[in-house]
Amino acid sequence: MNQEVIQSTVVPVIYLLSTVLFIFGIKQLSKVRTARRGNALAAVGMLLAIIGALLELGVVDYRWIAGGMAIGTVIGLLFAIRVQMTSMPEMVALFNGFGGIASALVAASVYWALVVQRSPAGKVYEVLGTDEAITVMLSILIGGITFTGSLIALFKLQGKLKKGQPILLPARHYITFVLLVGSFAFGGLAVAATASDSVVWILALGAGSLILGVLLTIPIGGADMPVVVSLLNSYSGIAASMAGFVIGNPVLIIAGALVGAAGLILTQIMCVAMNRSLLNVLVGGFGVTDGGGGGGGSDEYTSVTSCGPEEAAMILENAESLIIIPGYGLAVAQAQHAVRELADMLKARGTKVTYGIHPVAGRMPGHMNVLLAEADVPYEELLEMDVINPEFKNTDVVLILGANDVVNPAATKDPTSPIAGMPILNAHEARSVFVVKRSLSPGYAGIKNELFEYDNTMMIFGDAKKVLQGLIGEVKDL
Amino acid sequence: MTLGPLLIGIYVFVLASFVGFEMITKVPPTLHTPLMSGANAISGITVVGAIAAATTGAPTVANILGALAIVTATINVVGGFLVTDRMLRMFGKKKKKK
Repeated sequence: MNQEVIQSTVVPVIYLLSTVLFIFGIKQLSKVRTARRGNALAAVGMLLAIIGALLELGVVDYRWIAGGMAIGTVIGLLFAIRVQMTSMPEMVALFNGFGGIASALVAASVYWALVVQRSPAGKVYEVLGTDEAITVMLSILIGGITFTGSLIALFKLQGKLKKGQPILLPARHYITFVLLVGSFAFGGLAVAATASDSVVWILALGAGSLILGVLLTIPIGGADMPVVVSLLNSYSGIAASMAGFVIGNPVLIIAGALVGAAGLILTQIMCVAMNRSLLNVLVGGFGVTDGGGGGGGSDEYTSVTSCGPEEAAMILENAESLIIIPGYGLAVAQAQHAVRELADMLKARGTKVTYGIHPVAGRMPGHMNVLLAEADVPYEELLEMDVINPEFKNTDVVLILGANDVVNPAATKDPTSPIAGMPILNAHEARSVFVVKRSLSPGYAGIKNELFEYDNTMMIFGDAKKVLQGLIGEVKDL
Repeated sequence: MTLGPLLIGIYVFVLASFVGFEMITKVPPTLHTPLMSGANAISGITVVGAIAAATTGAPTVANILGALAIVTATINVVGGFLVTDRMLRMFGKKKKKK
């Protein structure tokens, strides 16, 4: 077959097949039963797309392509094999960043090859065509924002940046706005300039996009990370789409748009779960600025009762039903195996054990589900908020492991609270509540949790894993 | 009416976005993370563009940028699909035990 037929027919058909596989893949990824097959289908789609790309090139010098793919494959493999399930949010954030920067690099490479190298005297919009010139600029802008935004998210998730707290620059909204307008201006100037003059504007655009990524992410608090990570996921898709416009390839446009939509849907789910608008999350600094932290009454705790594992074990032992509410503290303490062990022991004694999962518990969408799945907790025992909430009033014991704001009754009872209106797990309706927590320090909302003062609440202070091991020891001795 | 390549691209983009929204309206929370990381792997499709951007052996700026794009996009693809599979395997194994 000659290269012409390959170009005009074979390659487009391969790309079409790969597109169809992506669509089926994502569709199946959103159902538990078929998710694994969906992922495999999408991977096959990707393989086809790469074969298509190689065929489209024909015979070229493959050394750089092969070298780049080999290096990428090894690094990707190492990441995938070595990453701990507790570090999944960091991993996803980092990969979003890689996707973003790849799109920006493709656009920059196309620009360099066609404009700077080939026709340095011509105007950029004449050489590339206005359409393509604009998409090159957008690709660099979105890719750059995704890259540094993801890196900042990664550092925040690792607790390296002020322990994940929001960082609020003075006049940050103005700085961000000016920089965004400036970046558009740099892009516009680059499009209109002659090729050799445009380099400096492209560099300015690149720098602007990288700084924007940082500025847009630093004011966002650690617990808003589920929103940010899924939003960056959406950006990485849109960046891929833009790269598709640059090289005129519909597979990139479609695959990128699908990812963009998926990320946006998850972002929306996360926002609803916190009763906040996307804008409100992005503006950032929740519970830190504007005196919003005070909410309902004093921040001091007055009547908190605490107990040790022995006392708690005795109550647990006699409980007929137990609901476990995991939060970020469980992930930090890596206590997922310990919680399963305790649950197994209690189940063996006839206690009914279920888990109540708040949609934004943890640091990424579905964080708790992944963590507990790693410890072999059957996913049938993990119940969504709407399903579990009517159960609390008929439940003997609730065990809260490192969760805070998602069980704060102030959200439903105190209309002046900063978290008013946020859907919560109604843990306080249970007969007794144990809260395992390292201290009385507030959660991300920066407010006190009145649940801790309730008569039916007992605090067990300590690291979730150590407390659980203590409980396991006590239950064994009973 | 004749559509230029940019407009055709925009048509495709808009329609594909709708397909995406329609397909994934209801996702069980168990799958939020795998869906995100699987979708993330798909966004590594940029590798197709990157391949076309590093086609000579010469160490030119364009080639180096292209090669870097290949590396980052391939990490995204390989790591993304594998780690998603690792997660989904964890979800799957309970069914067999029952």
